[in-house]
Amino acid sequence: MRRSSTIGSGMKRVRGCTGTILFGLCAAALAVSSVHAQLNQPVSASVIPRDRLLEPDALNHELQSNPHGSLILQVGSKVLFDQAHIHGAEYAGPGSRPRGIAALRSRVANLPRGQAIVLYCGCCPWDRCPNIGSAWQLLQQMGFTNVKVLHIANNFGSDWVSRGYRAESTH
Amino acid sequence: MLAGLFAGAGPGVAQDAMGRTSLVGLRAPDIARADLRGAPVSLAALRGKVVLLNFWATWCAPCRVEMPRFVAWQKQYGVDGLQIVSVSIDDSEPPARALVERMHLDYPVVMGDAKLGERYGGVLGVPVTFLIDRRGVIRARIDGETDLGALQGKIEAMLAAH
Repeated sequence: MRRSSTIGSGMKRVRGCTGTILFGLCAAALAVSSVHAQLNQPVSASVIPRDRLLEPDALNHELQSNPHGSLILQVGSKVLFDQAHIHGAEYAGPGSRPRGIAALRSRVANLPRGQAIVLYCGCCPWDRCPNIGSAWQLLQQMGFTNVKVLHIANNFGSDWVSRGYRAESTH
Repeated sequence: MLAGLFAGAGPGVAQDAMGRTSLVGLRAPDIARADLRGAPVSLAALRGKVVLLNFWATWCAPCRVEMPRFVAWQKQYGVDGLQIVSVSIDDSEPPARALVERMHLDYPVVMGDAKLGERYGGVLGVPVTFLIDRRGVIRARIDGETDLGALQGKIEAMLAAH
């Protein structure tokens, strides 16, 4: 009797674990698909909380004192990235397209969830940006806890390069 | 190269108020490539016309706001010598083609790239619009969403000047 009750409780634990795993997989799939579904409608930059925004002068100052502190990801246009991007930044976009979201997800998938990450775009004025909101949402849904977003009010040229902040091109 | 893009440009090259390399007053760098319909486009071949050269992308909402006006201007002022040429900086052709068809853009649309952006002083945000006079000299560069009424006035003035 004791043996059968042990087996029975063991089976319950297996079912419980399987259920937990399945639940986790479903939740992850739902998170990713919800970002994809939203890509038909651009996600506004207004979804990003104000306390997660970083102004250009603040990031520039941070990079001068600690150039390798954060992983910096540009999630906008590759053509713009190739012309000029923040020194040390990587391209992981565009956030407005499924393939861009997939590229971002792939880049960060194996990172510790506490990794310091800075996202930016700069394709067009902040309140019209089609890329940054969905990129932010993805990282939130993936469980990243230390993400900031560079607030580019106008565009990358005006708000970063023209101010003489450190930038580089791809070639 | 970035120094040439936006700051510390060499002698004879103007800088605008933001310290960017400005091509205003200089001959427009030539663009010679096929448009999305396969027809050849050459800025050099458009000497004698006033050219509105517009850099855009399908994901750029302000760019899409301007397009119907550009279509209307091409119809209205084409007979007076206006030619609109637009450059998509999308990463691939299919979305650009789809938008061209959807918005009935009946002026040449070519695909741009980083090198073309650099030759035009850096296109680090869209839309960017250049007005080029009949001698091929850039007379204005407009960054971002613009006052379309004011832009129309500039076009009319350039068309009237021979």
